Amino acid sequence: MTIPAGGPLHVTAEVLAAKTVGAYHHLSLVAPGVGERSRPGSFLAVSVGDGHLARRAMWIHRVGPMGGHRAVVDIVVEARGPGTRALAALTTGAEVEVTGPLGRSFALPREPARCLLVGEGYAAAALTSLPERLRERRCLVRMVLGGADDAHLLEPLAARRSVGQVEVAVGEPTAAVLRALPEVDVVYAAATTSTLRFLADAVAGTDVTCQVALERPLTCATGLCQGCPVPVRDEGGCSHVVRACVDGPVFRAGRVDWEALA
Amino acid sequence: MTHPGATLFANPVLTASGCGGSGRELAAYGDLGELGGFVTRSVTLQPRAGSAEPRIVESPSGLVNAIGLQNPGVTAFLGAELPSLLELDARVVVSIAGHSLGEYAELSRTLGRTDGVAGLEVNLSAPDPLGGGLLDAREPFQAASVVGSCRRDLRAGVVLLAKLRSDVTRVVDAARAVVDAGADAVVVGNALPATLPDGRPGGLSGPAILPQVLRCVAEVARAVPDAAVIGCGGIMDADDARAYLSAGAQAVQVGTALFHDPTTAFRIAREIAQHPPAGEDDR
Repeated sequence: MTIPAGGPLHVTAEVLAAKTVGAYHHLSLVAPGVGERSRPGSFLAVSVGDGHLARRAMWIHRVGPMGGHRAVVDIVVEARGPGTRALAALTTGAEVEVTGPLGRSFALPREPARCLLVGEGYAAAALTSLPERLRERRCLVRMVLGGADDAHLLEPLAARRSVGQVEVAVGEPTAAVLRALPEVDVVYAAATTSTLRFLADAVAGTDVTCQVALERPLTCATGLCQGCPVPVRDEGGCSHVVRACVDGPVFRAGRVDWEALA
Repeated sequence: MTHPGATLFANPVLTASGCGGSGRELAAYGDLGELGGFVTRSVTLQPRAGSAEPRIVESPSGLVNAIGLQNPGVTAFLGAELPSLLELDARVVVSIAGHSLGEYAELSRTLGRTDGVAGLEVNLSAPDPLGGGLLDAREPFQAASVVGSCRRDLRAGVVLLAKLRSDVTRVVDAARAVVDAGADAVVVGNALPATLPDGRPGGLSGPAILPQVLRCVAEVARAVPDAAVIGCGGIMDADDARAYLSAGAQAVQVGTALFHDPTTAFRIAREIAQHPPAGEDDR
């Protein structure tokens, strides 16, 4: 049995560029093959070394050519713990072990649809490559871009260039989301769990389909350890536990049992 | 001397129970057929939903886990996971855990007559067996009776492994007892009993425990020379694996390292095949 083509790769990546924008550290990684295989909503797992065994999961923000490389992968790091602090301190030329792209990505609509992207904080990085894909399918795209404060808004100017109709919501994004919802058919969201749950409740019982990119603490990020349980309800109402990393991180909002999710 | 356990596995590197997902996930990073065996997560008679979160937290050079033996139960395992492992060319060793001797016997009967099951690994070393509702097998005589129940109902040709905890004061007695009861090999080492930051019981694994497990492997290899020993604890690279083989283990299992780098077991298996530990040619 050979290794499936198009699956995730484990490679040594080189930091090609590192910069700080607002509260976030942007790293551009030369990770051969990872960018080429990435889709909207994919993430990668990084090793941070120094006795830390668990991987750090990072949304793939952007993939593009840079410095003679075809598919450089950008990630957005918010330094919040020992692992993310170590990543934020990486400088050009540093090497890190990376596995990716990982996870189920966003499903794109078959027919042209009116789409709303809801991105909050660094998680908005999971949505960056969606607008182009959606417009290829003749979808209308608008966005609510949220963040706790100005420093935690991910690239509002780039979002405006890419999406056009962007409502920036500093603090609580729910009011902006409610204003946008009546005019859309499909929602793609990457935000805090409380915002995702708010969205799931808001679209329940409506014709709006909503996919959420759920961020849970991951250990292996590759489906091996069973450390990231997500309680879900299937069509028949039957509850069971799946893994955020390989069965997600993108879920239909209505499938997640939000009450049982810790 | 040719050791009775020396030929159990074509390659002396296996995955450790609970560390390879269902097998499909790990197969994205290498050929399961290159490994000595794929040991499944512990399978129970009934499905188990597993523990609450957090299930895994980092500690220095280690992980503390409380997964709660989440598994789909033996029926779903046989229906979905085993066929997919066999498609991937894995040599499948099924880890089993039970609430009673009767359950162990039933698991052994059911799995032992299933084509494609190369071996059973009796999990006698869960870090929190009582909290998990498992049969108490902490005493060597209890471990032996579990192994005896499994052996009795096991089809000939299916390898029976007994996985013991690395308690240096008890492991030699336990190894002798399970070998006398019919185990073909003892796996020495499981996550050590530990506590999660929130106070719940868990198990510590990873390089933090390697020297401790290595001591137990050496003691068993010396004191129970007729036992085939498989070392399992904190192996991160081929040198770690060689340390176990030099201490008297016939094979090793790689677990926590897979969470850090899913290619680890494949890499170690290749390196050990290319450069076997010194002295192997004399066997």
